[in-house]
Amino acid sequence: MNTLKVLLRKEFLQIFRDRFILRIMFLVPIIQLLILPLAATYEMKNISLSVVDNDHSTYSQKLINKFTASGYFKLTDYSATHVQGLHAIEKNQADIILEIPLNFEKILINESKAQLMINANAIDGSKAGLASSYAGTIINNFNAEIRETLIQSSKMNASPSVEVTYSTWFNPTLNYPTFMVPGIMVTLLSLVGGFLAALNIVSEKEKGTIEQINVTPVKKTTFIISKIIPFLVIGMIIFTIGLFISRIVYGIVTVGSYATLYVFAIVFLIALLGLGLLISTYCDTQQQAMFIAFFFMIIAILLSGEFTPITSMPPWAQVITKFNPLSYFVEVMRLVMLKGSKLTDVATQFFSICAFGIVLNTWAVLNYKKTS
Amino acid sequence: MKQVVSFIKKEFYHIFRDSRSLLLLLIMPVALMVIFGFAITNEIRNNNLAVFDMAKDGASQKMISRFNASRYFDVMYNVNDASELERVFQKNIASLIIVIPANFNSTLIANNKAQIQILADGSDPNTATSLTNYASSIISDYQHDLMKQANTPYQVTPLIKMMYNPELKGAYTFVPGVMGLILLLISTMMTSVSIVREKELGTMEVLLVSPLPPLLIVLTKAIPYLLISIINVLTILGLSIFVLNLPVQGSFILLLLESILFIITCLALGLLISTASKTQQVAMLISLLGLMLPTMLLSGFIFPVENMPAALQYVSKIVPATWFIIIVKSVMLKGLGFASVWKETLVLLSMALFFIIVSVKRFKIRLQ
Repeated sequence: MNTLKVLLRKEFLQIFRDRFILRIMFLVPIIQLLILPLAATYEMKNISLSVVDNDHSTYSQKLINKFTASGYFKLTDYSATHVQGLHAIEKNQADIILEIPLNFEKILINESKAQLMINANAIDGSKAGLASSYAGTIINNFNAEIRETLIQSSKMNASPSVEVTYSTWFNPTLNYPTFMVPGIMVTLLSLVGGFLAALNIVSEKEKGTIEQINVTPVKKTTFIISKIIPFLVIGMIIFTIGLFISRIVYGIVTVGSYATLYVFAIVFLIALLGLGLLISTYCDTQQQAMFIAFFFMIIAILLSGEFTPITSMPPWAQVITKFNPLSYFVEVMRLVMLKGSKLTDVATQFFSICAFGIVLNTWAVLNYKKTS
Repeated sequence: MKQVVSFIKKEFYHIFRDSRSLLLLLIMPVALMVIFGFAITNEIRNNNLAVFDMAKDGASQKMISRFNASRYFDVMYNVNDASELERVFQKNIASLIIVIPANFNSTLIANNKAQIQILADGSDPNTATSLTNYASSIISDYQHDLMKQANTPYQVTPLIKMMYNPELKGAYTFVPGVMGLILLLISTMMTSVSIVREKELGTMEVLLVSPLPPLLIVLTKAIPYLLISIINVLTILGLSIFVLNLPVQGSFILLLLESILFIITCLALGLLISTASKTQQVAMLISLLGLMLPTMLLSGFIFPVENMPAALQYVSKIVPATWFIIIVKSVMLKGLGFASVWKETLVLLSMALFFIIVSVKRFKIRLQ
């Protein structure tokens, strides 16, 4: 016990003496939490629209007004020709072109049907899909209005209709940062845990100071624990700051209990630190450790469901997410913070993360060799 | 010249002797391409749906089977009681619940009108919006069948054409970003760390007393990473052409030259970071936290730049990858020529020059 105390003192001294790293450890997560959620949004508000109006009729004007009034589209320019519209897309000035053909109004009235052309820049597929579905809705509404004015409405009500009412729970305004902040907190915690821990033992190896530890009677387990605790403390401070920021800056009221969040955060961080230390024991240089840690972290972050939904992934990728501690914690953070799930609701995730923690740390202890 | 060659050789030895890192350097692009090409998509599909069917009549059954048949939904769970609704979301059983009121069929027949309620889990706004859209289009299809009037008068139909990416594949969105990310990582992070490593271990002193001009010493450290990055560009392009079936619409040579320009910008940035940091950990933290997350989130890689608040749009302009991604999208996917990307090229070029000039000014020949 006494050995552990001494070792801990050494670790904390080491951390506090490198002021720069210490500052980075705290400042970077805070800055990122303040900036990134604002950037990480799929919410489509300003889809740039270029209109090619070959008709210049009352109807075409009405349709264009409907587009601009919808709030989704921002009319960037009127192109005179189709080709000019395509140029706007090539130059990234427009995301979508609405082309109204010549005699649109006349054809609609005389032939009872008319066509519109929509060209969407689909390099960003989800954006194009959403933009065209918005456009479809707007055109449908426009269509319904036209129909009503053209036919005196009596006939239309005769057919049975299903009315749909919508309600959105937990985040009724569909605010994107509310969704992203819990996920970004997981990323920051894992960066601190995974990376700094991965570099820690290796840096002692590289500088040769590990030899001094190896010649002492310090037990392997004690040594690993002394490496984990300081980062655990730092991680929890960062986590607390993160919760403050999400409450004060983003107005996210944690619906569930803080105790649940902290229990998860601690177990998760221990698991991640175990991973970092494990990498550390396998590597000889910091460069190597950093690179391997990076390799695992980036895959873990991308496959965590933080940015894109796990349900949309192919089966093999979904299997990988089962072995990814991040995916459990991202899910739990959102469940507890936004929906108020209780520990019993997320018991599976809890035991999974515990299992990661035990396996990774045991492995790290076993793989750390005092003899060379 | 001979000295330069031997310095480059030395640097290659460093890389080759660390076979684990080398392996990762070469495997990383492949792994990322596979993940992004196949696993990461922001299209929402295969979502679990819960149904709270209070009617349990013919019409409601028909409606539910329509949902089940669509490729977006799997009916996973039947809610039996209103008190269960919240649990469904809290346990993440489903992301959308369809509530069909009692006597759905008879109300529909008697009043010619019936209601359905859609409950969405708004904690994921993107999924909620998309699912609500899908659900309402399924319901309106159902309604169309009810009307049994295929020939609605005065019909305006839009002809929608998805340009450049007709199948709406996620890879089109991500490949340019993955290129940017990998190149940035390898060029900037690896270079800066490998220079600082020599400082930290004290071997920099040995290099500095050699007859080679100090600046050349640093440049020779960058060259192997330039080569590895070029190999990575070729790997990425090869994978995207042959595995992901992504076409290179424009000139391949132009794409390659632009990539090399971006690599040089990143290497220059790496040099700059190395002059600013004393330990490998510092260099790594700067490259990682200061570059990786901004590149992933601010460059338009995952999230479109134009949705961001104005201030962040300015920040995204100083992220080199933003410009590179525009170039790759234009040349590779839209098939445009140099005339359309000269501005972006100029920006990258001036960034590279800026980084090089600043790092030359800051480069210290003497060790403290």
